[in-house]
Amino acid sequence: MSAQPRTASLPQGAAVATHEQVLRPPVAAQEDRRDLLRFITCGSVDDGKSTLIGRLLWDAGALPEDTISALARDSLKHGTQGENLDFALLLDGLSAEREQGITIDVSYRFFSTPRRKFVVADTPGHEQYTCNMATGASTAQLAVLLIDARKGVLVQTKRHSRIVRMLGLRHVVIAVNKMDLIGWDANAFARIEAEYRRFAVELGFSRIDFIPLSALHGDNLLHPSEKTPWYHGPTLLSLLETAEIAQATDEALCLPVQWVNRPNLDFRGFCGRIAAGTVRPGDRVRVVPSGASSHVERIVTLDGDRQTAERGQSITLVLTDEIDISRGDVITAYDSPVECADQFQAQLFWMSDQPLLPGRSYEAKIHNRRVGAQITEIKYRIDVNSGAHLSAKSVSKNEIAVVNLSFDRPVPYAPYQQSRALGGFILVDRLSADTLSAGLLDFALRRSSNIHVQAVDIDRSARESQKLQKARCLWFTGLSGSGKSTIANLVEKRLYAAGKHTYLLDGDNVRHGLNRDLGFTDADRVENIRRVAEVARLMVDAGLIVLVSFISPFRSERASARSRFAPGDFIEIFVDTPLAICEARDPKGLYKKARSGALKNFTGLDSPYEPPSDPELRIDGAAASAIEAAEHIVERVLEKGHKD
Amino acid sequence: MSLTHLEQLEAESIHIFREVVAECERPVLLYSIGKDSTVLLHLARKAFYPARLPFPVLHIDTTWKFREMIAFRDRTAQELGLDLRVYTNRQALAEGINPFDHGSAYYTDVMKTHALKQALDQGGYTAAIGGARRDEEKSRAKERVFSLRAPGHRWDPKSQRPELWDLANTRLRDGYTLRVFPLSNWTEADIWQYIANERLPIVPLYFAKPRPVVRRGDALIMVDDERMRLLPGEQPEQRLVRFRTLGCYPLSGAIESTATTLAEIVEETLASRLSERQGRVIDHDGAASMERKKQEGYF
Repeated sequence: MSAQPRTASLPQGAAVATHEQVLRPPVAAQEDRRDLLRFITCGSVDDGKSTLIGRLLWDAGALPEDTISALARDSLKHGTQGENLDFALLLDGLSAEREQGITIDVSYRFFSTPRRKFVVADTPGHEQYTCNMATGASTAQLAVLLIDARKGVLVQTKRHSRIVRMLGLRHVVIAVNKMDLIGWDANAFARIEAEYRRFAVELGFSRIDFIPLSALHGDNLLHPSEKTPWYHGPTLLSLLETAEIAQATDEALCLPVQWVNRPNLDFRGFCGRIAAGTVRPGDRVRVVPSGASSHVERIVTLDGDRQTAERGQSITLVLTDEIDISRGDVITAYDSPVECADQFQAQLFWMSDQPLLPGRSYEAKIHNRRVGAQITEIKYRIDVNSGAHLSAKSVSKNEIAVVNLSFDRPVPYAPYQQSRALGGFILVDRLSADTLSAGLLDFALRRSSNIHVQAVDIDRSARESQKLQKARCLWFTGLSGSGKSTIANLVEKRLYAAGKHTYLLDGDNVRHGLNRDLGFTDADRVENIRRVAEVARLMVDAGLIVLVSFISPFRSERASARSRFAPGDFIEIFVDTPLAICEARDPKGLYKKARSGALKNFTGLDSPYEPPSDPELRIDGAAASAIEAAEHIVERVLEKGHKD
Repeated sequence: MSLTHLEQLEAESIHIFREVVAECERPVLLYSIGKDSTVLLHLARKAFYPARLPFPVLHIDTTWKFREMIAFRDRTAQELGLDLRVYTNRQALAEGINPFDHGSAYYTDVMKTHALKQALDQGGYTAAIGGARRDEEKSRAKERVFSLRAPGHRWDPKSQRPELWDLANTRLRDGYTLRVFPLSNWTEADIWQYIANERLPIVPLYFAKPRPVVRRGDALIMVDDERMRLLPGEQPEQRLVRFRTLGCYPLSGAIESTATTLAEIVEETLASRLSERQGRVIDHDGAASMERKKQEGYF
C-alpha cells in the first residue's frame, strides 16, 4: 500500500498543525524486543485528557485515515472545538458519553514508537465515575495527571493523585495543559508546580515531572515547543519512552497457584503467574500455608521445557515430590516464605452505591483465594482534599477509608506496597455479586497470630445427646406487627411441653441489654444482627433450640447469620404479613408514631424490608392463625430433629 | 531482563484463560476461524498444556463463510483434537435469510447475534471466551476483560463492574453470564507479529493471490461460490488481493496487496493508514452500530 501524506485525507477546515512523520514502524518483527508501558491520563473534567491522547495517537501515526475522516465528520457535527478535530469524540466510544459530552468509563488505546509500546487508559474526570478511573489506574505503571493551567490544582487533581499513589504508582507526570490560553506564562507554570509539590509531599511519589503543554496544538508532546524557551525538560513522549518500568531485582520467587493441571495420573502441574523472582529446575521451594517443601523438577510449556522463568510469566511447574497444593496456595523460594494472617489493617476505595457497613459479611478475592471478609472497624475516612482523618460509621461510593479487616481464615499475603499481586483484593457482595471495593492490605494485626481456637472435650454433639435433641436456630423474620414474636412464643411453649431445651431471643428484649448501645441506622442494624447471630450460634453449640425473633430487614445480614451455622442448623422462617395488616394491628403503636414523624428509619415505611427469596418456611401471616403456624413449625422442627 | 510486549501480552492472556477455567462453571471458546481466533486458540493450548482444552470450541456458522475458512476450521479441529461444536440458526436458514435480500444489518442480527445467543443458551454456557480486541473499535475500547451480560445476553456499558488489577469477579447472579476477552490488550500488529513468531498456520485468504472479485462502492467483494448475486452487467475480475479480516464472504472487503508471506503482512499492517475494520460492511450500518450490536448480544 502506498504511504500517502497523512494530511491528504483531512477534510477542508479541519485545522491540524503540519508535522513530519517522526515515528516509523520497527524493523523486522522477529527482532522486536520492545517493552510495554501502561499509563493512564487522569485529572479533572475538561482538563483535556481526551485531546491529549487523541493528539498523541495522531502524532504517533496510530490513527488510521478512515478513523480520522470519520472523526472529522463527527467533529463538524457534534464537536466542541470549532473547526479542529474534537478528539474527545474519538475516545468517548459510548453513545451515552457522546450524548452527554462526558467520559463515563475508561477507554484503552494503543500506540507504539520505535522504542516502546504503550497502552494508555483514558479515565473519566467526573467524581461520580472515579471508580472507573481506579479501574484504569490499577494496572498502570505511570500516571499523566492533567492540570488546566487556568485553574491550577483542583480537588479532583488531589483526589486522583491520592488514588494513583494509593494504588502504588510512584511516578506521576503533571501535564500543565492549555498553556496557550495563559500566554505561555512561565510564572504561572512555576506557581502550579510549587503548589502541587507542596500538596504531594505527604503522598511520597518517587518522581514527579512537570511539563507545560498545549495538547490541542501539540506543543511539547512530541517536539520541544518554541513557545517555551524557558522549559528545558523532556517532551511528554520522550518522558514516556524513557520512564523506568519498575523492575525489582534480587526478589525471591513468589508464585500464587492459580490452577492445578492434572490431565492424567502421571502429571501434576502447578500453574500461575510469577508475582516476584525467578525460578529454575532444581530450585528448592516451599508451599504456603502448608509449609511443605519440594524442588522444582520441570517448567513445562507447549514448546518444550524451559530452563528459567521470571516475574510476569504465566507458567506451569512440576515438583519432585507429591505434595498437596491447591488453587490459592503460594509457592515461594524455600528460605523466603510469605506470611499468613487473617486480620489486617487495610485501605479501601469504596466503589458501590451500597455503603460499607462494618460487621456485614462480604466475600473477598485475594490473589487466587476467595474468603469471607468482615470490616471489624472503620478507623477513619480520608478527606481527599486535605488528607485529614475523619471519623466514620460507614463509607460511601468513591471514598477512601482505613479499616480493620477480618478474613474467615488465614491467607498468604504481602503488604500491597510490596506486592500488588499478594496485597490487593476486592470485596464482592454476596447477593448482588457486584464488586464493592478495591482493597489494599497494609499489615497484619498482631492479635490474629496469637488467637487460636481452643479445643474442648465436651462438644456440641455430646451436649445434644445429653438433652436428647438436635440443636437448631429458628430465625423468624418479618415486619413489625407481622406476628413473629407471638408465633415464636407459641412455638417455644410447645417445644418446652415436648421436653425440649430452648431459648427465645427477642428483638426488643435484646435491645434492652446486649445491644443497648445500638440505634436504628443501617450500620447499627447490621451490628445488631451480627451480635444476635453470634449469641444464637453459641447457644446452638450449647445444644439448645434457639428461637430468634427479629425484624432483620436485610437479606445480607440474614445470609451472614446463616453462614455462621452448619447447613441444616439454620431455619429461616418468613412471617409474611402485608404491611397494611401489620399497620392496622400496630400492637405497640409504632406505625402511628412513625407516620407522625416521631420515629425515624422505621422498617417498611422509611427503611426497607428485603423479603427472603428462599426461606425454609413461609408463614402466611394474613391467612394462617398464630396457633396453626406454630404447630406447623413445631412439626417441622421435631420431624427434622428425629430424622438426623 | 524484562519481558517484551508480546511476552507480557501472552502471559496476561494465559492468566485470563486459567482464571476462567478455575472459576467459571461452563466455559466455551468462541472460534471464528480468523487470525484472532487462531491466536486465541494457540494461547488456550499454551495455558492448559499438556491437558487438552478444558472447554468446547463453538463456531457460529452463517453458511456464508468463505469455503477456505470452513476447510481450515475442520482441519484445525482434527489436528488439534478440538471438541468443535458448530451452530447455525436453522430456522432462519430455512426461512431463506441471506445477506443479499435482507440487508447486512438484519442478516447479521439473525445469523450471527441470534444464532450466538441460541447456541449459548442451548449449551448452558456461563462464560463465553472471545477474541475481540480493544483496538478494533471505540466501544470495544471501553469493555472489561471479564464483561458481565444480563439475562438475554445484554451488555450495559453504563454500569460495568470495576475491574481491579487482574482480580476477576466471576460471581454471577442467576441468568447472568460472562464474556471474556483474553486478547483485550492486543493490537492487530501484535496479532500478526505473534503469528509470525510462533509460526501459526492461518487461513490462506490472508495471503495475496489472484482472486475473482467485483467492486461494490469502496469494497472488493470476492465471488466465492455460485450463490453470489452479481448486479446486471457486473463481471468478476481477477485481482491480486488478500483479506485483513474474514467473515461472511459477501460482507468482507478484500484489499489489493502483494503480500504473500507473514513478514510482508506484518510490514503492510504496520505501514497501513487504514483501519482493519474498514473492509467490513456490517460495521458501517449507522453510527454507534457496534455498541448497539454489542448491547444486544453480538460479540
